[in-house]
Amino acid sequence: MEYLQSLPRRWVTLYIPLGAFLVVLLFPFYWMVMTSFKSNEELAAKAANPFWIVKPTLEHFEKLLFRTEYPQWLWNTVLISTVATFLSLFCAVLAAYAIERLRFRGSRQVGLSIFFAYLVPPSILFIPLALIVFKLGLFDSPWALILTYPTFLVPFCTWLLMGYFRTIPYELEECALIDGATRWQILVKIMLPLAVPGLISAGIFAFTLSWNEFIYALTFISSSENKTVPVGVITELVEGDVYHWGALMAGALLGSLPVAILYSFFVEYYVSGMTGAVKE
Amino acid sequence: MHKLLDNKNALGLLFMLPAGALLLVFLTYPLGLGTWLGFTDAKIGRTGEWIGLENFQFLIGDSVARLSLFNTLFYTIVASVLKFVLGLWLALLLNRSLPFKSFLRAIVLLPFIVPTALSAIAFWWIYDSQFSVVSWTLVKMGLIDRYIDFLGDPWMARASVIIANIWRGVPFVAISLLAGLQTIPPSLYEASSIDGATPWQQFWNVTLPLLTPIIAVVMTFSVLFTFTDFQLIYVLTRGGPLNATHLMATLSFQRGIPGGALGEGAALAMLMVPFLLAAILFSYFGLQRRAWQQGGSDK
Repeated sequence: MEYLQSLPRRWVTLYIPLGAFLVVLLFPFYWMVMTSFKSNEELAAKAANPFWIVKPTLEHFEKLLFRTEYPQWLWNTVLISTVATFLSLFCAVLAAYAIERLRFRGSRQVGLSIFFAYLVPPSILFIPLALIVFKLGLFDSPWALILTYPTFLVPFCTWLLMGYFRTIPYELEECALIDGATRWQILVKIMLPLAVPGLISAGIFAFTLSWNEFIYALTFISSSENKTVPVGVITELVEGDVYHWGALMAGALLGSLPVAILYSFFVEYYVSGMTGAVKE
Repeated sequence: MHKLLDNKNALGLLFMLPAGALLLVFLTYPLGLGTWLGFTDAKIGRTGEWIGLENFQFLIGDSVARLSLFNTLFYTIVASVLKFVLGLWLALLLNRSLPFKSFLRAIVLLPFIVPTALSAIAFWWIYDSQFSVVSWTLVKMGLIDRYIDFLGDPWMARASVIIANIWRGVPFVAISLLAGLQTIPPSLYEASSIDGATPWQQFWNVTLPLLTPIIAVVMTFSVLFTFTDFQLIYVLTRGGPLNATHLMATLSFQRGIPGGALGEGAALAMLMVPFLLAAILFSYFGLQRRAWQQGGSDK
């Protein structure tokens, strides 16, 4: 009897609200897919049911890949995100190890300022950074982004790795020290292999942050062939008053897929990276 | 040489060098430069002269700048409150025993991981004045008889961008709070239910107090990112209609980069700093409280 009573209750308090959340959260993606496979005639037909496709077409993807610079933007985004991520990881590993394990004089203050650096938003930095980028002769080059993305990646990665290093027993390091290992050997041969999950978390998170970055890429890059996907789609595919919704949605879909796929392989790492940075 | 590398301070300095150099050149220096620019009349291609508080005086007298402050506060407060309520609700739902739990959790986070600029395009299309699927559905259901002009009317546009922001932010809040919920020991719920507590009482007296520190941190991040939001507005409305959705960040971009008035743009950006500092202090005390709750031993 109790089972019968509790079943509708579970539907009302759990399944229905959860279902509603999922529908709303996923609808824009469904809509992206639907729009990107519809022909222009079908998109313009007001009477037809917009939730389904009558005749799927690849024309928008064909246009995107062969008649725009989209492939170039994809390549730029991959290149910039990868280099910026590895550069940031390299800096962050050294910094996190120094702050957490070397405990040099002032390491506490440095650790705290790293946390505050993480809280500085790009939207208050982009104007002075634009001047600096220009003065360094980096304007409109991938290096402008590769060197500025670490401003938000390094603090985040350092903060996350500090938490990871803290969980590795200090005794391991002491044994190695007694055996005559140098600090560098300890870092490379003991700490890093044990911190691989942390490195993956930080790396995945940093990669998606760089992939999604917008305001720096919009400000520091001007020529079409150097743009990243988010900026390229917004600034180059929107022509005048005629919106090519099919191509825009195809561009949004293709630009989201790489991060979505990467994320699907490393969900646990991504979540632990995200929540770890918040919890520490 | 060996002696030097054994010294903790020297080695620490060496290890801090790459990160420190990058952050000093591309974070600390621009922060200082930005502050200085705010007091100059710098334009693109012209080094500025010191003009004192003139930019700030101009901005205070400028109705668009004042409107952008109002918009930013309105946007941040409404979106953050709703993100918190909906995020907490979603976290509580996901914390119950469910089939395919980890799969659901992975799906929920999708809006947060895809590039905002790209998902904003999807919202732009959903909000289209002629082809909006929302309008289409409402018309077919007989609830309205004309298509809604989502981004053309000031208050409608504000509501529309806030909804898009909430859509993107709820997963972050929900998944972070879920991680916090999972650290609450089940024994507390068992003990309180033996004492006769209702689920509602358990929520107010067990869940919420234990979750408060992580709520403080998560919401600080959420407020910070909402307050300084740029891309969503840039894609959806560019600040229109009639500047109704201009946030301080988008106005600062518009005046500073396409407009060329670097000094004025930087001054606008600097005006955001006091609000950000307030949020950071709030976060700091949230962290303190967490340390205190755990006997002060934890970070």
